[in-house]
Amino acid sequence: MIETIAQYPIIAALIALVGLGILFGALLGFAAEKFKVEGDPIVEQLDELLPQTQCGQCGFPGCRPYAESIANGDAINKCPPGGQATINAIANLLDVPAPELDAEHGEEADVKTVAYIREDECIGCTKCIQACPVDAILGAAKLMHTVIADECTGCDLCVEPCPVDCIDMLPVKETMKEWHWPAPPTTADLIASDLRPQL
Amino acid sequence: MQEFAVILVSSILINNFVLVQFLGLCPFMGVSTKLESAIGMSAATTFVLTLTAMASYVVDVLVLMPLGLIYLRTIAFILVIAAVVQFTKMFIEKSSPLLYRVLGVFLPLITTNCAVLGVALQNASKDLNFMQSSLYGFGAGAGFSLVLIFFSAMRERLAAADIPAPFEGAAIAMITAGLMSLAFMGFSGLV
Amino acid sequence: MKTWVTPGGVHPPENKHQSLTLPIGSLPLPEKLLIPLSQHIGTAAKPCVELGSNVLKGQKIAEAAGPVSVPMHAPTSGTITAIEHRPIAHSSGMLAPCIEITSDGRDQWQPHQGIDDYRHASASTLLAAIAEAGIAGMGGAGFPSAVKLNPGRKRPINTLIVNATECEPYITADDSAIRERAAEIIEGIGILSQILGHPENILIGIEDNKPEAIAALEPLVKDSGISLVSFPTKYPSGGEKQLIYILTGEEIPSGGLPADIGMVCVNIGTTYAIKRAIVEGEPLISRVTTMTGEACGINRNYETLIGTMVSHMLEHSQFDEERCSRLVMGGPMMGFSLTSADVPIVKTTNCILAPSHQEIPDDEPAQPCIRCGLCAEACPVSLLPQQLFWYSQAGDQERLEAHNLFDCIECGACSYVCPSNIPLVQHYRHSKGEIQKARAEKVKSDHARQRFEFHQQRMEQAERDKEAKRAARREAAEKAKATAAAKKSDAPSDNKTDAGSAADIIAAAQARAAARKVSPEQQQAKFERSIAGAEMRLQMAEEKLAEADDTQTDEQRNILVAAVEAARQKLEQARGRLAEHLKQHNGEQVD
Repeated sequence: MIETIAQYPIIAALIALVGLGILFGALLGFAAEKFKVEGDPIVEQLDELLPQTQCGQCGFPGCRPYAESIANGDAINKCPPGGQATINAIANLLDVPAPELDAEHGEEADVKTVAYIREDECIGCTKCIQACPVDAILGAAKLMHTVIADECTGCDLCVEPCPVDCIDMLPVKETMKEWHWPAPPTTADLIASDLRPQL
Repeated sequence: MQEFAVILVSSILINNFVLVQFLGLCPFMGVSTKLESAIGMSAATTFVLTLTAMASYVVDVLVLMPLGLIYLRTIAFILVIAAVVQFTKMFIEKSSPLLYRVLGVFLPLITTNCAVLGVALQNASKDLNFMQSSLYGFGAGAGFSLVLIFFSAMRERLAAADIPAPFEGAAIAMITAGLMSLAFMGFSGLV
Repeated sequence: MKTWVTPGGVHPPENKHQSLTLPIGSLPLPEKLLIPLSQHIGTAAKPCVELGSNVLKGQKIAEAAGPVSVPMHAPTSGTITAIEHRPIAHSSGMLAPCIEITSDGRDQWQPHQGIDDYRHASASTLLAAIAEAGIAGMGGAGFPSAVKLNPGRKRPINTLIVNATECEPYITADDSAIRERAAEIIEGIGILSQILGHPENILIGIEDNKPEAIAALEPLVKDSGISLVSFPTKYPSGGEKQLIYILTGEEIPSGGLPADIGMVCVNIGTTYAIKRAIVEGEPLISRVTTMTGEACGINRNYETLIGTMVSHMLEHSQFDEERCSRLVMGGPMMGFSLTSADVPIVKTTNCILAPSHQEIPDDEPAQPCIRCGLCAEACPVSLLPQQLFWYSQAGDQERLEAHNLFDCIECGACSYVCPSNIPLVQHYRHSKGEIQKARAEKVKSDHARQRFEFHQQRMEQAERDKEAKRAARREAAEKAKATAAAKKSDAPSDNKTDAGSAADIIAAAQARAAARKVSPEQQQAKFERSIAGAEMRLQMAEEKLAEADDTQTDEQRNILVAAVEAARQKLEQARGRLAEHLKQHNGEQVD
């Protein structure tokens, strides 16, 4: 039979290629069923790297939605509270180059801030309590509201809703416990004529 | 036995696919920034190469040659390669999602890796038997892995080092690859 | 006895002879002493004296706060003149809480006595006494000794090592202490052995560059069960891990403690302090500190009171500021520069070094790394300082941890040998800080994520509850409508009956109201309460108006006047309602 087909080259070619195609297609289809994969664990890993302030500066309502968006190919430089360190970590995980923080979404703050309610002016409306994503504000209707400083992530979401504008974002003072050695100047900052810099 | 040793040494060192024959440079440059991804990529490519060598031999001997369709080798082999790569992709996605994510687009790009097609066509043109073909494919993969792992280890050190600005990134990588290729020239004439 | 050799190490010039020509001296009593509340690893002590109170020498001025903490004691008698934040000797330059004592010149001890029969006292009694005496490791680390000497039943101790190495150049505090106080030190070792349950091996590790000290100890350790082991001088043999390896050949696992392998290592100065605390009952209020360096006319060891200002020490040592290149607290390898001399000596200060410009020249600027590998040869912990340096520069935290950055003891041997003058230890310290910061942030962000997820759950639950309530209400309303419609359809549809049904509904409503009606007495009480409230509000409004007269504008005063009027009117209304109710009620009763 093969000899017969060999006599008609074009038919032979067609049969050969179509046959091969069908064969491999079947094999792949079978493999696709056998090796089916559910879910996407990369979103979990991305969420672990984000700072969890749930501030919304990236344009998404929280850190997990942004992680999902990154898994779908979104830019990784939209998170100001995470700063360059977070961008580098995400770039490392996804093995892509690490861009600079996108200034459109905000700037990395130098100092961490924590919300503080000026109690004299608080009217007890609970709007800030509803806004806080980590339930860091203690209070109830018509009763004094106060921020639990240890739980506050500095996300800023409570400042807007306050009708009497009594919430300030105060910088957290660095104590000796948090102090760390600064970086010494790198050797790359030196050129030959700088051997004895004038201090 | 000696024949197999010769094939292996020849495909891994003397006629190294990346540094001597200059095939498969795309993943060589693209996946060599981190050692972990390089190891993963080399494992995947070796797997594809060996499987492809075997499958293309079978297709060549059972379909193409009897039907006198030797001129269709390129297309048929590409078909085989695409199927094998697709299979590998599914396998990796299932067994190691992180590796799958890390390799990213380079995994399906193994299809267009000229080293894979090169192995298949070279096996066919040299008329090697099944054992020899598969060994040649495996040797090609091993040589590719060896060079890729060396190169990625060097690139990692380079990434942390003080490279002058004009040379940073791809430039110093190319220079390093060139120097490695020079070094591998030392193997020529060994066998 | 057999000794082992640690890898790496360097041999800097010892420069110890300068401060050993005179015996341990004492400084004149300083006018003011500044005692920082945290001179140790662990929680800072809490002050237990008030401003202005008089204290005696040795009196406790700050309580230990927590399980890993030590108390502080007054180094001399005097008055507490300040309890506030002051500059201390710390590289950050930050202020720390301190207690300042102005001495009264009398240097009067408070009555104190040691444990009489300490040889038969229990370990816990001895440990309590050591804790009360505020003793922390005086070799430089400052770990509370009572905690270190109590590793717990799960870790039996078979070896006690007394660290008399003092490997750093220039420092001779331990050396001179051994020469003069050898007998007391041996007694202290006996106490330590008793606390640890008499371990099998008791070793004193000392370098062979201290022949006088060895000679002082040798006769006392003969036939005592204590082994005096001297070994070749090398920096840094005095580190705990290094000394244990030299004397026993054992290695402490990475991240572990000596107690994990059954050993305890105590500095010889701490041993002396423990002896004084147990036998004489003296808390830790002074220590031997070496004053050395060419910029000082006098180089010797002083028994310094804790809290003595460095400036006081320099004053009495013929300090020449012009000659001095920098002021160092500690030795030339592991010490740190002081920006000001107005900082106090603490329990861990073993040396004040005032070198001239020739002795320790200014820092040369760092040059690029030439990858020579001398640093790896010098590292006593067998790390790869070159790799650590490159990864530190690149900020690659993953690789730094993989190369055991946290096992670095920051001895400075690598920086010492580097031909490019790269300050390697500073790079490692910076990287360690960055990694610790990153770990702390991860903990915080995980915690914030948990709270956020709980917050979301709570919101969703609240929504679901609201929905459920709305659905229930809708159902009830529909049911009510259905029954009302049923009633309507039952009766013949006729105006009269409509009115009748309307009247029925009204009557039913009135009946319900009557049933709910409170008794007349309760209603009267209610009215009286509302009158009282209105009276109080009127009073407050009037008070506000009276207060505000001078300070407010006309407009504001008018508002207040209006408020007073309104309150008065409400009061009138409330009184009116009560009067009506009484009339009604009395009228009914009469009828």
